Amino acid sequence: MPEAHAVTTFVERFAAAVDAHAQELTELDSAIGDADHGINLQRGMRAAVERLPAGGATPDAILRAVANALISKTGGASGPLYGTAFLRASQAVAGCGSLDAGDVARMFRAALDGIRERGKAEPGDKTMVDAFTPAVDALEAGLARGDDLGTALRAAARAASAGSDATIPLVARKGRASYLGERSREHRDPGSRSTTLLFEAAAEALPA
Amino acid sequence: MKKLINRVEAIVDEAGEGLAAAHPDLVRYQREPRVIYRAGPPVRGRAALVSGGGSGHEPLHGGFVGHGMLHAACPGEVFTSPVPDQMEAAAHHVDGGAGIVFIVKNYTGDVMNFDLAAELLRGEGIDVRTVLVADDVAVQDSLYTAGRRGVGTTVFVEKIAGAAAERGAPLAEVERIGKKVAAEGRSMGMSLTSCTVPAKGSPTFDLGESEIEIGIGIHGEPGRERTALREAHDIVETLVRASAEDLGLRRGERVIVMTNGMGGTPLLELYVAHRDVDRMLRDRGVEIAGALVGNYITSLDMQGCSVTLLRVDDELLDLWRAPVHTAALRWGL
Repeated sequence: MPEAHAVTTFVERFAAAVDAHAQELTELDSAIGDADHGINLQRGMRAAVERLPAGGATPDAILRAVANALISKTGGASGPLYGTAFLRASQAVAGCGSLDAGDVARMFRAALDGIRERGKAEPGDKTMVDAFTPAVDALEAGLARGDDLGTALRAAARAASAGSDATIPLVARKGRASYLGERSREHRDPGSRSTTLLFEAAAEALPA
Repeated sequence: MKKLINRVEAIVDEAGEGLAAAHPDLVRYQREPRVIYRAGPPVRGRAALVSGGGSGHEPLHGGFVGHGMLHAACPGEVFTSPVPDQMEAAAHHVDGGAGIVFIVKNYTGDVMNFDLAAELLRGEGIDVRTVLVADDVAVQDSLYTAGRRGVGTTVFVEKIAGAAAERGAPLAEVERIGKKVAAEGRSMGMSLTSCTVPAKGSPTFDLGESEIEIGIGIHGEPGRERTALREAHDIVETLVRASAEDLGLRRGERVIVMTNGMGGTPLLELYVAHRDVDRMLRDRGVEIAGALVGNYITSLDMQGCSVTLLRVDDELLDLWRAPVHTAALRWGL
């Protein structure tokens, strides 16, 4: 069962991964966007880690602190999108002292719904939704099969990665990349890459 | 890169403080969160206009804070949207109890951050309306893009809706007028050179010595085509025709026209361009009811220009001519 400290570790792992991949994310964004995804998300996640509540906080309080930091520090499109994701995740597990596997699945499903509502993107639009959707589907399917949380989250991370790969041939229909039309083909969507990092961090930290 | 800066990361704050130092009678600047707001207290019962966007487009938006125009502006990092905290703080500075109109340029980040701010403010019981500007005819407005980019018409929305608010028009009326202006304006720009984002330090795109980009965005986004450099009248004709046709502008109609510099264009050249804009519109039988020539919505140090056409009727023209007193636009006072 993930305790609150596992949620903290998840946030720290995601922040560390964004740090390590900031340049890669920005380079992906230079190709088809406005070259700020890595820089912005790095600024937001660093603020999130600084604002993590002290020990004893519930998972929803931790997730809400991350949401607030992302919304107020990130800017661009990734701030509202990831901020909304963490906000909805927090609301989905409000009041839970620790999370069972079903709570984790509900948390990620709520996060995905929030992203889709905020960004109004559909699967296939070449956005983070293309990695997030298969990841949540894989997580739910794994748990329904009776897999343990670690196994299901690792499957989710692989599904996110495959979903990100699948954005490469797509033509963007949302965000700044959409203006490139056909020229957005043959480039990976940067948000789908950071979403993969998010699920990899979850797979490492949450089953603990 | 050579720039007149102290520290790259301090540019936005130092420019905001410089603006406030230059115009203490007009504006105040607050660093945390970043807001440029009117020097006076809010007027009770008066709708307030708040805009904002990435920095690097000065004088937009901070230069348009003052009597008859904006009540507050939220500057983001260079070319990055502001965050909802800023819009919330701005609203708190200027709210007169009659609601807030957000003027938002159509970029995904701006739209989402203003949306979130509106949600938060509505939660506090403040009525928030949004006027979205999406006037750049260089990009297609279709289901397959994020819609047109918001550019030059923003200046007209801020001036004309601002005049309505200054006269005491209720919130819904200010919103209606703002949306009417947004619907009647079209723009297209071109660049002779790239801009250089200070934090990056190198040009955003490469443009050959004898090449120009037609339909450039205000962040250096590519436009319709890259062509060989031509004479000014030829370039201007492309810009005017694109907007006039998209607007369905007809003989006998009236426009306010803006020939806008991208930040690095000498005024001498802008006036050359404007002369051709003026002639071209007259040749089409269009009446020029007002004109603005200068740097109003820029792209850092980019050389180039954009042309915005706003079709006006008596209502819009009357509001356009109303007194305004801001750092970048002043008349009638």
